Amino acid sequence: MDKEVRDSRDIRDGVHPKIIQALLDADTDLVVEDALENEMILNMGPQHPATHGVLRLVLRLDGETVIACVPELGYLHRGYEKLAENMTYFEFIPHTDRLDYISPMANNVAWVLAVEKLAGIEAPPRAQYIRMMVAELARIASHLVAIGAFAMDVGALTIFLWTLREREKILDIWDMLCGARFTNSYARIGGVANDIPPEALAKAKWFIDQFDENLTECEKLVNTNRIFIDRLDGIGVLSKEDAIDLGFTGPNLRASGVEHDLRVAQPYLEYNEVDFKIPTFTEGDSLARYFVRLDEMRESAKIVRQVIEKMPEGDVLLNEPKKVLPHKTEIYTKMEELIHDFMIVNFGINPPEGEVYHAIEGSKGELGFYFVSKGEGHPWKCKIRSPSFNNLQALPKLVVGNMISDVVAIIGSIDPIMGEADK
Amino acid sequence: MEIKELLSQKLKEKFPETEFEFSEFRGELTVKFPKEIVLEVCKLLKTDNELEFLQCTDVTAVDWATRKNRFTVVYQIYSFKNNFRLRLKADVDEKDCSIDSVTSVWKGANWQERETYDMYGIKFNGHPDLRRMYMPEEFEYYPLRKDFPLMGIPGSIPLPKK
Repeated sequence: MDKEVRDSRDIRDGVHPKIIQALLDADTDLVVEDALENEMILNMGPQHPATHGVLRLVLRLDGETVIACVPELGYLHRGYEKLAENMTYFEFIPHTDRLDYISPMANNVAWVLAVEKLAGIEAPPRAQYIRMMVAELARIASHLVAIGAFAMDVGALTIFLWTLREREKILDIWDMLCGARFTNSYARIGGVANDIPPEALAKAKWFIDQFDENLTECEKLVNTNRIFIDRLDGIGVLSKEDAIDLGFTGPNLRASGVEHDLRVAQPYLEYNEVDFKIPTFTEGDSLARYFVRLDEMRESAKIVRQVIEKMPEGDVLLNEPKKVLPHKTEIYTKMEELIHDFMIVNFGINPPEGEVYHAIEGSKGELGFYFVSKGEGHPWKCKIRSPSFNNLQALPKLVVGNMISDVVAIIGSIDPIMGEADK
Repeated sequence: MEIKELLSQKLKEKFPETEFEFSEFRGELTVKFPKEIVLEVCKLLKTDNELEFLQCTDVTAVDWATRKNRFTVVYQIYSFKNNFRLRLKADVDEKDCSIDSVTSVWKGANWQERETYDMYGIKFNGHPDLRRMYMPEEFEYYPLRKDFPLMGIPGSIPLPKK
């Protein structure tokens, strides 16, 4: 700008020339070499509503594209492994409820199965069938939350309300079964806490009968919704090899085309007695992970129906006084049981020296417990192999290259529960 | 057991001088070996055509408190091909509290090893990103060691600066 032009404009604007001069002299240059090459660090979480708990992601963004992602865990770390080393195997059962708090029943079952393997005992058939039923109901309850919350994250609110309505019915069954809706602590070492009451069985039967129709209704809301499909199709793709290498298990692994299910591969409980399919998709994207969960719920419903039909009569608690806590009514009336109760509560069940790892197919993936026993009442070492922790490990790989709004969709699709990931 | 024989044969072939300790409890096979060869053993187990242990399920450690080799690092690995789970163990002494990282073999071992480092203070040589997993970076102790008290150490986690 030459001087004459500037002067003429000064006069026109009526601004004092000194001010104009000061502004022109000031260093106000903004150097932008390339507007698209500006990177920004964004902190997402731990209080972000779409991170399903207290997951914190530190994202490096280029515009809206994620170029790097570092998950930070530990905001819900309660030191359960340390606690487990200092309590008996019985005492820890309520703590397993707080791991994956969406499906506590399955966690109880996983814990007691691992302890039973270590102690070398097996629950009676009726107890095994009841455990199978509650574990499958827990899977349905968990997947209902997973797909509901997932759809809500990408903007479809109604399905969340509808899936929670279905979940509520399962919680009612659990209420009848053990008196608690959320933190059940129902399974016991050597069986289950009490026999299943007839009305709970009837309610479970009713639930399975009406479930398929209601699930179809929920599906209709989003399965043909263009926005929902477009936001998930081809987003967060993980190949088969990467999924295995990164430690994916459960529905996420099956969405990447690996037909692997511990219920079939290494049957526990009575899963070889029931007939079901392993839903597998090959796409490996967020949409496939959604569809896997939908199909799995139908298969679980099928299992529950068969379990109810096949459930044998008999005891629900093993007759092994040194290892199994007797029922409360017997403790109050019989001397022997009172002594055993005292010994087990105070000193534990003392499984033999050794180490075991037992895993079940939880709703999120492989939920395993690794015990090292020194023959004492409490484990010398307890390691919780939580599926959410391992699934989250793949998150940086999934989100890099996607838009920031896809991060929310991808987190929802791998369905982490931070209570379990942080232990 | 077929896979057990195959495994011991393959390991003997590759490492003739090393002594492998096989043990079985409740139908689970455990192999114990010196920590120096952990990386090569894991590479062999993953890449061998007949074994194909493609997934590292879990990495953890056990603190024996009073033993000569204080820690044992434990790996649970899984072969989809054989539908077989194997446990690998290697002793680590407190004086040289480190072992080679297997993250280059299984990417999934990354966070598991970070967690083990966080909880036991075992360093994994060659790990791409060895930070604490759960505890804050400035935390000085290793909580799952047996000498760490259950109730914690007062003042060991400082409040964030204002």
